[in-house]
Amino acid sequence: MITELGLFLAALALIASLAQAGFGLYGGHKGDARASAASAACAQVAAFGTVAALALLIAAFIRSDFSLAVVANNSHTDKPLLYKIAGAWGNHEGSMLLWCTVSAVFGALFASTPGKLAPSLWSRAIGVQGAVTAGALIYTLFLSSPFARLVPAPLQGASLNPLLQDPALAMHPPMLYLGYVGLSMPYSIAIAGLIEGKVDQAWARAARPWILIAWICLTIGIAAGSYWAYYELGWGGWWFWDPVENASFMPWLSACALLHSAVVTERRGSLAGWTILLAIIGFGFALLGTFLVRSGVLTSVHAFAVDPQRGYAVLTLFVLALGVGFGLYAWRAPQLSRPSGFVAFSREGALVLNNLGLSVACATVLIGTLYPLLAQAMGAGLISVGPPFFNLTFAPLMALTLIALPFGPLLAWRRGDMKAALHTLWLAGAGAAGAALGVLLLTTKGISTALGLALGAWLLIGSGAYLWRRIRQARGVALPLAVWAMSAAHLGLGVFVIGAVSETSFRQERSALMAPGDVVDFAGEKIKLAEVGSHRGPNYTAEFGRFESAGNVMTAERRFYPASQQTTSEVAIRPSLGGDLYIALGDRTKDAGTWTVRLYRNPLIELIYLGCAMMALGGGLALLRLARRRETAPAPEAAPAPRPATASL
Amino acid sequence: MIAALLFLAALVAPLPDPAQEARAQALEEEIRCVACQNEPISQSTADIAVDMRRLVRARIAAGDDDARIRTYFSDRYGDFVLFRPPVKAETWPLWIAPLLLLLAGAGLAWRARGAPPADDIPIEDEL
Repeated sequence: MITELGLFLAALALIASLAQAGFGLYGGHKGDARASAASAACAQVAAFGTVAALALLIAAFIRSDFSLAVVANNSHTDKPLLYKIAGAWGNHEGSMLLWCTVSAVFGALFASTPGKLAPSLWSRAIGVQGAVTAGALIYTLFLSSPFARLVPAPLQGASLNPLLQDPALAMHPPMLYLGYVGLSMPYSIAIAGLIEGKVDQAWARAARPWILIAWICLTIGIAAGSYWAYYELGWGGWWFWDPVENASFMPWLSACALLHSAVVTERRGSLAGWTILLAIIGFGFALLGTFLVRSGVLTSVHAFAVDPQRGYAVLTLFVLALGVGFGLYAWRAPQLSRPSGFVAFSREGALVLNNLGLSVACATVLIGTLYPLLAQAMGAGLISVGPPFFNLTFAPLMALTLIALPFGPLLAWRRGDMKAALHTLWLAGAGAAGAALGVLLLTTKGISTALGLALGAWLLIGSGAYLWRRIRQARGVALPLAVWAMSAAHLGLGVFVIGAVSETSFRQERSALMAPGDVVDFAGEKIKLAEVGSHRGPNYTAEFGRFESAGNVMTAERRFYPASQQTTSEVAIRPSLGGDLYIALGDRTKDAGTWTVRLYRNPLIELIYLGCAMMALGGGLALLRLARRRETAPAPEAAPAPRPATASL
Repeated sequence: MIAALLFLAALVAPLPDPAQEARAQALEEEIRCVACQNEPISQSTADIAVDMRRLVRARIAAGDDDARIRTYFSDRYGDFVLFRPPVKAETWPLWIAPLLLLLAGAGLAWRARGAPPADDIPIEDEL
């Protein structure tokens, strides 16, 4: 009964979102306020329908209702409650319903906060968002319904992939989906702007909060996924340039570029065409990400739920969304173009450089990810494009972009003072040189490590120097929130670079065969396998190894999940400033009573996650500032403006 | 070498020379395990990956350079086994694309440069 109610609510949401699309576009076209209001009301209904349907699906998971195919295939009565709930989106059908829900809820939120937006733009954006939700709902209901019944219902379910039964992974997919689908809002606003034929500063002001929300969620989602891979997969690494990782990284890169170009569009009215294009492409990457994960066209360690048929349906939605976007863009672009010059050494110039670097880096990731498919399609045989390719292309591109970063905040709009900027950055330059020399003189590592750490120091000290200059200039007056937001994100990037370079360059690893009582020398300490035993968890049996080193006890486990006949490893991690000690228990050797043990020392890996957290915090502060501005100031900025900005397109 | 293949144990003995061992570890990061989804042989615990690791070390000990070892593996398993695609007719678009895109993008940005529009939006240091 609950199932049928859920299906009904999802169908209701589909009807509502179709009506939302029709009313919204019509109301915008005719300037009919009643139609626009109807569209906004439909958006609320669609949001209600999808949220309620998702809640009923979660209820079915909690009650272990195995008459639902999706529950029977992905849940089990022994599973802890958290993973029963997380199981609702840990599979294809449920995750698609989550996708629809996020899309509908964002649409409703946008509809309920018209602010100072032109009514026609507002109405059209709600309409386009309704079409996006409707497309996703059609796909979900007709091709991958989470409410399909299974007759006869089995007594027990097949359980969730045990690798996914993890707190970080309970959070990873919803955050990524918030990010992916979050990019549908800038897309809808961009399409509405193109239909309108007017993309100005008000347009950018409307789109910026949604770009920020998507970017923050993607940052958190990717970091959570990376952290999960670090401690759950037992490889000691945190990023593998796997196609599915790239699928989430490309939307992040394009959202990051969009975030910065939208600032230029809002503040200066320029780059509007480019910002629109990025908004369309960003959502395209989000759909491509969904397609790559769901279709299994690329071999990936993350291929948890794949089905080519469904993949092609997602591909259809992808082509449709991009086709409409690019078509409208080609039609309207001539009207958008306006001579919007900038000089090289200015804030605009720095942000254009940022966009150039991020876009080319994003395109490089795209080419590297899809090239094996292209090569195969063109009969060139199977090839692999892996980490070495990205390290040789993406890394230098990004490094070049990051060298320019500290200059950006120091250069004023229109015409920046490069001399003054260089003067402020002397300490950062000295710090970078010191870091590079230190690596070359004191360690055995080569030039790439030296350059990497120099870059980290440059970013950190350079962004710090900007913040310090602002604090000094403010003379006790509180700094604008925007300065804190930007500084937190840029400092976080510096912290991230230092962590990533240190971990990659200075990681030590070793495998050993150990019997209980054995001691190995690793990274300057003696590590003893004290005992091996077994215990029983709620839905698994585990073999554990207890390791001792310098008075510390660490336990690594191998868990066997009988419901899905799978084994996972729970590594032992002892965090410390000198480097995480990371121990994974491997297989027992066939004959003797010894176990394979893998030991890693991962220096400064925490900085990677701290850096991501700081970036997300910076995004959060920027969002807070946009929300405050909305409440207080009607004009773009409360700064001493001689006359309002007249720059339209 | 045959003996090395037949001798199945879970571990590969490190090479005595640290420089050679470092080369072996770097190569193992770049060679794909043929039985796994998307893992280098350095990470995989599959038996075949262990054999391939042993093979890398045997070739290094025999005095092969990195390029010879890569060719050795691609001759036997195809280019699929190399995470760093070799530069040849089928892959040069892949390797050249990032540079071309950068040049094209830089060209576009350079062309868009010019005198800033004559307006006076406040030149305030804000986001």
